[in-house]
Amino acid sequence: MSDVVEKTLTALPSLLSLDSQPGSAKLSSSSKLGALIRGITELTSKHEEEKLVQHELASLKDQVSSPNISMRQMKEAMVRAIYCEMLGYEASFSYIHAIKLAQQGSILDKRVGYLAVCLFLNENHELLLLLVNTVLKDLQSTNLIEVCMALTVVSQMFPKDMIPAILPLVEEKLNHSKEIIRRKAVLALYKFYLIAPNQVQHIHNKFRKALCDKDPGVMFASLHIYLQMIKDNPEGYKDLTASFVTILKQVVSGKLPMDFNYHSVPAPWLQIQLLRILSILGKNDQMSSEIMYDVLDESLKRAEINHNITYAILYECVKCIYTIYPNSDLLEKAAKCIGNFVISSKINLKYLGLKALTFVIQQDPKLALQHQMTIIECLDHPDIIIKRETLELLFRITNAQNVTVIVEKMLEFLHQSKDDHSTIDLVGKVAEIAEKYAPENKWFIETMNTVFSLGGDMIQPDIPNSFLKLLSEGFDSEEENQKLRLFAVDSYISLLEGEIKKLPQRFLQVISWVLGEYSHLRTDLDSARVITLLAKLLDMKQMSGETKTWVLMAMTKLCSGESSISIAQSVCDDYSSSMDTVLRQRAHELQLLSQDSALRGQLLTLHSGSEPLEVDSSLSFLDAFVSEALAAGAAPYKPPHQRQEELAQEKALSLEPYELSLPINMSSSSLTGRQSPTLMSVSSGLSGDSTELSLKGNTTILKLEGVKRVWGKEGYLSRKDPLEEVIQVENPSSPSQPTGTGGTPSDTPTPSATPEPEHGKQQLASSLFIGLGSQTSVFLMGKSDPTAQRIRRKVKTPNSSMAVTERGSVSSTSSAVDNLLCNNIPESANMVQEVTYETPPPYKTELDARLNEDLIDSTPSPVQSNGVETTSDKTESEITDKPRDECSSISLPAKLSGLPHSEVTSLCSNQTVELSACHVEKHDYVLLVIFISNSSDSDMENIHLQVISEQLEVSLLCESPLQDIAKHSMAVCQYLLNVRRPVVHFEVVGMLSYQTSSENQEVEFSYKLPLTSFVRPLEVSTEQYGTMWLAFSNDTKQNLALVTDGQDPLTDTLDLLKKKLGLHVVEIIGVEGIVACRLVQDQPCLLHCRVHGRTLAVWLRSPIPELPDCLLYHCQRVLEET
Amino acid sequence: MRFMLLFSRQGKLRLQKWYMATAEREKKKMVRELMQIVLARKPKMCSFLEWRDLKIVYKRYASLYFCCAIEEQDNELITLEVIHRFVELLDKYFGSVCELDIIFNFEKAYFILDEFLMGGEIQDTSKKSVLKAIEQSDLLQEEDESPRSVLEEMGLA
Repeated sequence: MSDVVEKTLTALPSLLSLDSQPGSAKLSSSSKLGALIRGITELTSKHEEEKLVQHELASLKDQVSSPNISMRQMKEAMVRAIYCEMLGYEASFSYIHAIKLAQQGSILDKRVGYLAVCLFLNENHELLLLLVNTVLKDLQSTNLIEVCMALTVVSQMFPKDMIPAILPLVEEKLNHSKEIIRRKAVLALYKFYLIAPNQVQHIHNKFRKALCDKDPGVMFASLHIYLQMIKDNPEGYKDLTASFVTILKQVVSGKLPMDFNYHSVPAPWLQIQLLRILSILGKNDQMSSEIMYDVLDESLKRAEINHNITYAILYECVKCIYTIYPNSDLLEKAAKCIGNFVISSKINLKYLGLKALTFVIQQDPKLALQHQMTIIECLDHPDIIIKRETLELLFRITNAQNVTVIVEKMLEFLHQSKDDHSTIDLVGKVAEIAEKYAPENKWFIETMNTVFSLGGDMIQPDIPNSFLKLLSEGFDSEEENQKLRLFAVDSYISLLEGEIKKLPQRFLQVISWVLGEYSHLRTDLDSARVITLLAKLLDMKQMSGETKTWVLMAMTKLCSGESSISIAQSVCDDYSSSMDTVLRQRAHELQLLSQDSALRGQLLTLHSGSEPLEVDSSLSFLDAFVSEALAAGAAPYKPPHQRQEELAQEKALSLEPYELSLPINMSSSSLTGRQSPTLMSVSSGLSGDSTELSLKGNTTILKLEGVKRVWGKEGYLSRKDPLEEVIQVENPSSPSQPTGTGGTPSDTPTPSATPEPEHGKQQLASSLFIGLGSQTSVFLMGKSDPTAQRIRRKVKTPNSSMAVTERGSVSSTSSAVDNLLCNNIPESANMVQEVTYETPPPYKTELDARLNEDLIDSTPSPVQSNGVETTSDKTESEITDKPRDECSSISLPAKLSGLPHSEVTSLCSNQTVELSACHVEKHDYVLLVIFISNSSDSDMENIHLQVISEQLEVSLLCESPLQDIAKHSMAVCQYLLNVRRPVVHFEVVGMLSYQTSSENQEVEFSYKLPLTSFVRPLEVSTEQYGTMWLAFSNDTKQNLALVTDGQDPLTDTLDLLKKKLGLHVVEIIGVEGIVACRLVQDQPCLLHCRVHGRTLAVWLRSPIPELPDCLLYHCQRVLEET
Repeated sequence: MRFMLLFSRQGKLRLQKWYMATAEREKKKMVRELMQIVLARKPKMCSFLEWRDLKIVYKRYASLYFCCAIEEQDNELITLEVIHRFVELLDKYFGSVCELDIIFNFEKAYFILDEFLMGGEIQDTSKKSVLKAIEQSDLLQEEDESPRSVLEEMGLA
């Protein structure tokens, strides 16, 4: 701020008490608003203010609803109404008048009208519909100001459904002669893109025009859209990378008009926007990143003035440099920048420095070591925000050695924190790292106790769930499990004996479950004592019904022996007539159990052997029931989406008689039973403890359970009782099976962090940053990889069906690879031509080129030179010089080499490792083959490769997990992919962590496959097709372009689709054709095609809701390409 | 940007602009909560806050607090400069602005804000063109009471 302004503003407070101001009377006397404001400032109490404002509102109401009011008076009244609303008083009577004012007023009144609408309503308000016509009219006005106002209101709020009505008009404004209109139109379209991206898809090429607009303001506005579009689909805009770089270069070197300078920095907003775009484009993309290096370097250099705005640019640069493909020179500079931020005396910069450090710490743990003393200081910073950010940083560098200190610091903060949001967040983080790195049982249980106590009832529900799951499933060592459970039992008993009033409900639920399950492990503990403690809980006033249920269930498990039974019975007497049906049900169960000793003997025996429960997810045992119900006239089951669709199709009136639907309702409710508390509690109550096995023969109970689990897609499962889930997965086991010792390192001493001046800090630093150097492993943020959290948990044996005959991982030495290579190259090149891709992966050429070099270098044999020819045809022009010593190259394992597969694509690489992948299409599945090639001079050890996908089921085909890769050699991992949810392009993401020369490293990668890789022909007869067609419910219709250059357009088109997508043409009859295909595991999709003039009307049906749309997309692509 | 608030040291709201659809009751709750947090902070403290799932950037000019809510991945420092540019614009328009100007002419302040930010994004970074647009609309103003001349009489201009 300029000095003058600063001075004026600081002088102002003295002017502010209105009463003492001679000018204030004058200032306000001129208008009613002034009078109102003055009146309010003179008041002393809130009560008086309320009275005055209510009075004002009443008179306003009279005024605006009088028929004689002029628009000018209306405008004045509206301003007062806005003022009253700002003070927090509702003036909803004026909303409709605001709309009227915008509609009828002269230009100035209109402006106030629009303003009032923007302030009063939000975009979901129903009155907004009344504004649509006004906006339409103003958009067509010849008055620029009216057009501007309309565009402004549109970008502020507009009903989503009404966008199509005004879209053409807004679009037209992109060609307006005035830049201000073009700019506002672009921003309005940006807003549309945000709320309804599909509706502006067709104008993407116009956005390009806006990007090239001669006015920098319009170009800048278009960047908002581009940032958003690129975020949604980075692959689609790679071609613009160079353009964005050029723009940034021009901006940085000051080519824009001076108007755009801000404190003598050229267009900083523009720079930052471009940097954000570039960082997305350069992420995991070496080629794009390389284009940016120069301009990033330039930006870093230029931003040297000591002003906030340059720091803002620097910060964005740093983020960009760490996001894109790394460049060591830039990284070094960025690290220096972060350092300057962190040590800055300006608190805002310090905060951003910490934030940047948190951001980069995954890639550069050593940076934290450099700044450890600053970090320690920040930990005790008086500003809570700085402290909080520091803890975030520590959370990211937690490992097994520093976990105790970090958790201690976090808990310290939690004790002081009053803000719910950060408490919940931090409690979750403590729980996460405690579970992951706990050095010993006692510590873990105590930490979790604090977590539960501090987190209270706001705690994320998955924390108690996963804690109980951990207790019940345990680690690899059974002995450790028992110890942990014992600790928990001991600790909870002593808690219950102490002050119980302050324990939160969630914690009490955890306690009751653990005591119910495991208190028998402590043999010297009398169950009567536990039951007494539990009964005491029930007497507390603030106990929720849910917690009481947990307690009763725990009692059910413990009820044995004379004294316990008598306590249980008195409890039952209290609750067997409870108004809460679930509670009452539990009480009755407990009562029954306590009275019948034979039943007890049968149910409450401890099982030593633990077999996993078998869950029949297909619910085949219900088949008889279903067919019976169907025979009795019940309607067949329809999945929710289908029901919804039908609901949407049926308009308001239902003409069907009611009694038809009645039996359906009844049958479905008794079938699912999940709404009924009695049935629910029977199933979960009896499934508690070790009763499942003995009750397995009793089908009624199992049935109910199965129903609940599978059909509870919405409704019930979402609010499922955490206990039930836990119970269903747990395997009761006795302490008689020690299977080995020590899954947890328990020898780490807990360093005390006494705040003795310098020495204390040093000590703290060494305990916090231990394990960050090169010697030990760094476990990086558990946030991004949910599976890593279960790192210590028992690894479940993979489903037997996955163990297909394929050999899992093949490591081969370089010579073997060379041999394979000679055979494979020509073949794979041929295959590649068969499998078509929309977007050729960017690195294939480079890899091919490297393959070439290898082949040329080695002694050429006839076969080899043949291979060279084939590949070099494709890549000649793009061979890049890569002076790397290549010792290993890439080929498919022999068994797969004959199958159709994609090109081998490089995923990522660094100094030590190169990752590449391809996918192989087999008849009923798709294999993802990942090649890990170690190009360094040292061996890679402790390899952990993790591959996941949102839309695909990924399972490792492997006999033994991959461990090490010797230097200059390669390993191959194969993953079986199955479709979980169809999308147009599937994305698989993965992370490889490994050790080289005892240094931990990690690389992340992603791989894309089109849906077409999963499409297989479905060979059915016309009759079968007919029955299937009727059975499928999800359909989509669309007109496609016909291939018209041949004799018979329909046959040509279908043949093309057959060839490119692997569809099966069932029959062609006249102008109609029927086509069928399936996704690898029997997810069929049927196409019905009919020629209409020059277009082909295609109608797709499938049982999978998403499939028709996705398949249609690919059909469209194929036909457009020709 | 999700929303922008202007409030006085006494906790009186002076301006509010919401760029996300929020129910009236929720707005009031958020405003109250935020004012409390921001007013409780000491002058030397960090201008950024993590609040709910948002990031709050605030700055105090004389007796007025300017407070913006942005998303996690947005740049905090540039948001501070957005606030500053807005203050500069107000200053230029009103001729050394003070809280009184904003109280009595809040609708003008809204117009300036609308010309500067559109749908929560910076619309125009050039000070000149923002003011030009405002002045163009103002030219249509009939010659009635002019707050500016009053300010001049007060000796503020």
